[in-house]
Amino acid sequence: MISQFFVLSQRGDNIVFRDYRGDVAKGTAEIFFRKVKFWKEDGQEEAPPVFNVDGVNYFHVKVVGLLFVATTRVNVSPSLILELLQRVARVIKDYLGVLNEDSLRKNFVLVYELLDEVIDFGYVQTTSTEVLKSYIFNEPIVVDAARLQPLGPAAIFMQGTKRMPGTAVTKSVLANEPGGRKREEIFVDIIEKISVTFSSSGYILTSEIDGTIQMKSYLTGNPEIRLALNEDLSIGRGGGSVYDYRSSSGAGAVILDDCNFHESVRLDSFDMDRTLALIPPDGEFPVMNYRMTQEFKPPFRINCLIEEAGHLKAEVSLKVRAEFPSDIVANTIVVQMPLPNYTTRVSFELEPGAVGQRTDFKEANKKLEWGLKKIVGGSEHTLRAKLTFSQESHANITKEAGPVSMTFTIPMYNVSRLQVKYLQIAKKSSSYNPFRWVRYVTQANSYVARI
Amino acid sequence: MAPPAQSQRSPSPSQPSGKSEVSDLKLQLRQLAGSRAPGVDDSKRELFKKVISYMTVGIDVSSLFGEMVMCSATSDIVLKKMCYLYVGNYAKVNPDLALLTINFLQRDCNDEDPMIRGLALRSLCSLRVANFVEYLVGPLGSGLKDSNSYVRMVAVIGVLKLYHISASTCVDADFPSILKHLMLNDSDTQVVANCLSALQEIWSAEASTSEEASREREALISKPVIYYLLNRIREFSEWAQCLVLELVTKYVPSDSSEIFDIMNLLEDRLQHANGAVVLATIKVFLHLTLSMTDVHQQVYERIKAPLLTLVSSGSPEQSYAVLSHLHLLVMRAPYIFSSDYKHFYCQYNEPSYVKRLKLEMLTAVANESNTYEIVTELCEYAANVDIPIARESIRAVGKIALQQYDVNAIVDRLLQFLEMEKDYVTAEALVLVKDLLRKYPQWSHDCIAVVGNISSKNVQEPKAKAALIWMLGEYSQDMQDAPYILESLVENWDEEHSAEVRLHLLTAVMKCFFKRPPETQNALGTALAAGIADFHQDVHDRALFYYRILQYNVSVAERVVNPPKQAVSVFADTQSSEIKDRIFDEFNSLSVVYQKPSYMFTDKEHRGPFEFSDELGNLSIGGEAADNVVSAQRVEENDKDLLLTTSEKEETRGSSNNGSAYTAPYDGSSTSVFALQTHIESAISNPTAADHSPQASLAIDDLLGLGLPAAPAPPSPQLKLNTTAALDPSTFQHKWRQLPVALSQEYSVSPQGVAALTAPQALLRHMQSHSIHCIASGGQSPNFKFFFFAQKAEEASNYLVECIISTSSAKAQIKIKADDQSTSQAFSTLFQSALSKFGIP
Repeated sequence: MISQFFVLSQRGDNIVFRDYRGDVAKGTAEIFFRKVKFWKEDGQEEAPPVFNVDGVNYFHVKVVGLLFVATTRVNVSPSLILELLQRVARVIKDYLGVLNEDSLRKNFVLVYELLDEVIDFGYVQTTSTEVLKSYIFNEPIVVDAARLQPLGPAAIFMQGTKRMPGTAVTKSVLANEPGGRKREEIFVDIIEKISVTFSSSGYILTSEIDGTIQMKSYLTGNPEIRLALNEDLSIGRGGGSVYDYRSSSGAGAVILDDCNFHESVRLDSFDMDRTLALIPPDGEFPVMNYRMTQEFKPPFRINCLIEEAGHLKAEVSLKVRAEFPSDIVANTIVVQMPLPNYTTRVSFELEPGAVGQRTDFKEANKKLEWGLKKIVGGSEHTLRAKLTFSQESHANITKEAGPVSMTFTIPMYNVSRLQVKYLQIAKKSSSYNPFRWVRYVTQANSYVARI
Repeated sequence: MAPPAQSQRSPSPSQPSGKSEVSDLKLQLRQLAGSRAPGVDDSKRELFKKVISYMTVGIDVSSLFGEMVMCSATSDIVLKKMCYLYVGNYAKVNPDLALLTINFLQRDCNDEDPMIRGLALRSLCSLRVANFVEYLVGPLGSGLKDSNSYVRMVAVIGVLKLYHISASTCVDADFPSILKHLMLNDSDTQVVANCLSALQEIWSAEASTSEEASREREALISKPVIYYLLNRIREFSEWAQCLVLELVTKYVPSDSSEIFDIMNLLEDRLQHANGAVVLATIKVFLHLTLSMTDVHQQVYERIKAPLLTLVSSGSPEQSYAVLSHLHLLVMRAPYIFSSDYKHFYCQYNEPSYVKRLKLEMLTAVANESNTYEIVTELCEYAANVDIPIARESIRAVGKIALQQYDVNAIVDRLLQFLEMEKDYVTAEALVLVKDLLRKYPQWSHDCIAVVGNISSKNVQEPKAKAALIWMLGEYSQDMQDAPYILESLVENWDEEHSAEVRLHLLTAVMKCFFKRPPETQNALGTALAAGIADFHQDVHDRALFYYRILQYNVSVAERVVNPPKQAVSVFADTQSSEIKDRIFDEFNSLSVVYQKPSYMFTDKEHRGPFEFSDELGNLSIGGEAADNVVSAQRVEENDKDLLLTTSEKEETRGSSNNGSAYTAPYDGSSTSVFALQTHIESAISNPTAADHSPQASLAIDDLLGLGLPAAPAPPSPQLKLNTTAALDPSTFQHKWRQLPVALSQEYSVSPQGVAALTAPQALLRHMQSHSIHCIASGGQSPNFKFFFFAQKAEEASNYLVECIISTSSAKAQIKIKADDQSTSQAFSTLFQSALSKFGIP
């Protein structure tokens, strides 16, 4: 049960504010924003998603730089409220097509309409995009997706790491094609976030894949869909430690540690032929989440050397090798490395003929940053940097720098080898042949090499 | 609905300042009010939108109320909705004008479109004006009977809204029983779910004054209702499932086959993508199996994978909520998670609040087989750019060292920290080395060699400095320079701002003096003089005390200040097990995230529907002093006393002097410190005195010839209780907080007793007739909770009892605390015999 719901911009302005129960004094938005902004004096630490000020509990999630907030005085389930906030954001996105500050401001009446139906007197009524359709009368004012702004300087609200790749779909569930006809299509995205930690000698210390099969359906009449996965897929790593790599290597099977499913998924034949049956509700939703610690081939190898090079000087050499097929291209790659905090100057040397690369030394937090627009499978890139120090280093220089971390996105590639073998849509007529999009993407979650 | 925050913030250029715009709007609305021109609805929409947007940003547009109402006569549903929203926001501050809206809302409640009926009814109930309640009863009554489920759904919540405006009107109209009927018969699950929410709120609020309501609330967790809801659980929305599952945790099944049925039924809920559903299911599983140790453990194994999956999927906020729960479970049963330690490794980009939880989990699951890897990982974090986390990682290494038997490798690591030459790393490591030496004195050689190389000038943090000084004093015989380092520290007495450090310095100089008198004499004199002149009370007192005891007799002084030490074996837990249990009881709530039971952060009226009363909550745990409550069986008092730093020790003495069996009466004069010291020694040799039968413990004491300062009198064969005992609640609370648990037992309650226990009052009268008085009670069938007290007939010695009776299992769980622990067994017998006679005429 919640008392209030509101959405704040990065600057702390109320974009939407709904009071459901009137048992929390006004001014909560201000109290909340001040608290989040100045959680710790040094600004180093982020506010946790749940905190209590004077008996009022504040919950918040950050979505595209906006703060979705709920308040309550009751000792509720934090999971429930945080899920709810996330879901509200998703429902709004389903209706507006694009979710950002601009689209919210333009459509706030529609958003109020949604909020009234989603929650009544603090109790959740429905978060189903589908069910809500019959209650919603405003039409969305479409915001140009191309104007999707980079989120600007308020970086504290960036969710950086765990953000889902923007589904290219920016169409409202209410939208019609010109001519009043809906385009029949369905999107299935297999999104894998990978975490790998390499030891200083290049061994893999830990690795994990967190995957989601995300679906967004624009099919009329809600036909049933069958989604077939790898036949040799198995779930649960019977007994023993889940980190027992030896048992799994060799065999080609895809072994998930665990997974969970959306409400609408029926698993009647899952045990037999690994197919999921569902009638997809409108809007975007995760069909299945899965987790895997089975060994996989990491897409990138990172090599880092840091050596003293004379008095008050050191040299860094960073090498990144792409270990995936050459028809695959990774993009938006950023390599970061904290340098000793007495580093004053860094001069970079890129490999000859490098294109689409940038280098930077972040003075404030003594970080080296190397950005690459793209890396083609099989290729290797090197960066050299000369460091100048303000003082003699006493200890081992490698203890003062690193670890190297890396972020990237690799479209049409997934490391787990989990696949959608086919996507079957129950036919209404022989001419019914909706568009099906099955897309794969791999993203770095925490990709770290120690030095 | 209260108006949104009407902030006074200065208007930014992009936001209208208000006044002129509002009057402008007023004018335009007026013009449109009567118009029937085509397209007028569109212009109205634009205007309404403006009004709502002003409202949202906090500009007061309540002055437009009349105009808005005038414009609301429309069939355009979008306009209607905006109007309802506006009216809902401002009706409370404009009750007179709001009356104008009643008319059109009532009319809309009879519209033929169910959508309009529902909307109007919702708005009508949201006005929150007490004078209007008479207008609500009619529409609500027909709304509850409406053929359309949307209208019924709205009406049910409407009843709850009415209840909050005027409880008596709601109850008088008999709405709760209509809701009850709907809950058990409606075909729409959301209507059912809303009934459940509404009834829980209403009956919980009524239960304090009405026995009937309290019975009705009980009926919600009766078998027929629970089974009815459970059988339909898949039809409910995921949110309503959470509601039902929360209710199921309150249900007490009659036997184990019922437990397994419920668990089998809910098994697939663990695979739900919604974390809230999974956590609610886990709570059911954990609570159902509490008394079945084996199955309970299987549940832990079963829920591991789903929890880990939830932690790694979803938004960082969601995964934090789940991780907090995983953290709770790991802390309760670390051994079950010891092979999953790699899941608790920190990722470089995680927020600090996540890393902190993970560090604690890593510390907890460390055992012989994984310690090496965990410590290696933690050492990586120690070099982290995130300094607070680096510090905590070092502390984690230290904690692991203190909980392990094989600390060889860890000690090396810690010593390496000291050589890293980062101020904060050195500081943390020093504190740890100190604790380590107190537990493993055998390592002193290795450690001292390294510590001796640290220049005291590089250590600035008080805690670290105090640790260094402690080591200098304690091991002054092994450290060549100890007297001279101490001397230079004493010379800088005035620049030392921390009283803690100055206290340690005094003690360290004393210790050093006993070991190396000629070299230290000078420093000691200076230190005592400076200490006596110190403005800080504690420092002054300690210096004066040392001075006088030295004057009295140096060898006595040495026995007091520097007695041979016993290695510390167990660390006092920072949280009492009672608090932890209570947090566990409140699984899947904020208590888990905050790591505090709910009474510490919610007001009484906002607790959940099935919780014990406020006063009981406070009684059973007792506020801030909880940290110092140590259960006697688990942690030896002597350890605790030795481990606390000096300043903390002072506090504990002050607060625990009345009654703890381990502490000698402490009257504040210096002489009794000596008594305390011997007493601690006696406690060391006989730490579990309280658990032994009184005779046995006395025998041991005699054997050792120690003679406790307050030797317990041998129990009289028949313990007599004072029939007219009196104790005020605050004293009770105070004592409950101070005293360790003397006895914790489970009795069976006779079938007659179970039958007689329909309400707490029945048992109270019965126990009173046995001179056992109740100070607080609560709960409903099948779970009751009581706090009793009794006094010895001949002296003012109290017994305090916490008694939880479950009529479904016919068991009573008793915790006894006593001023005089030696007689607690006798008292327990008496208590049990009184309880067993309950219900037998």
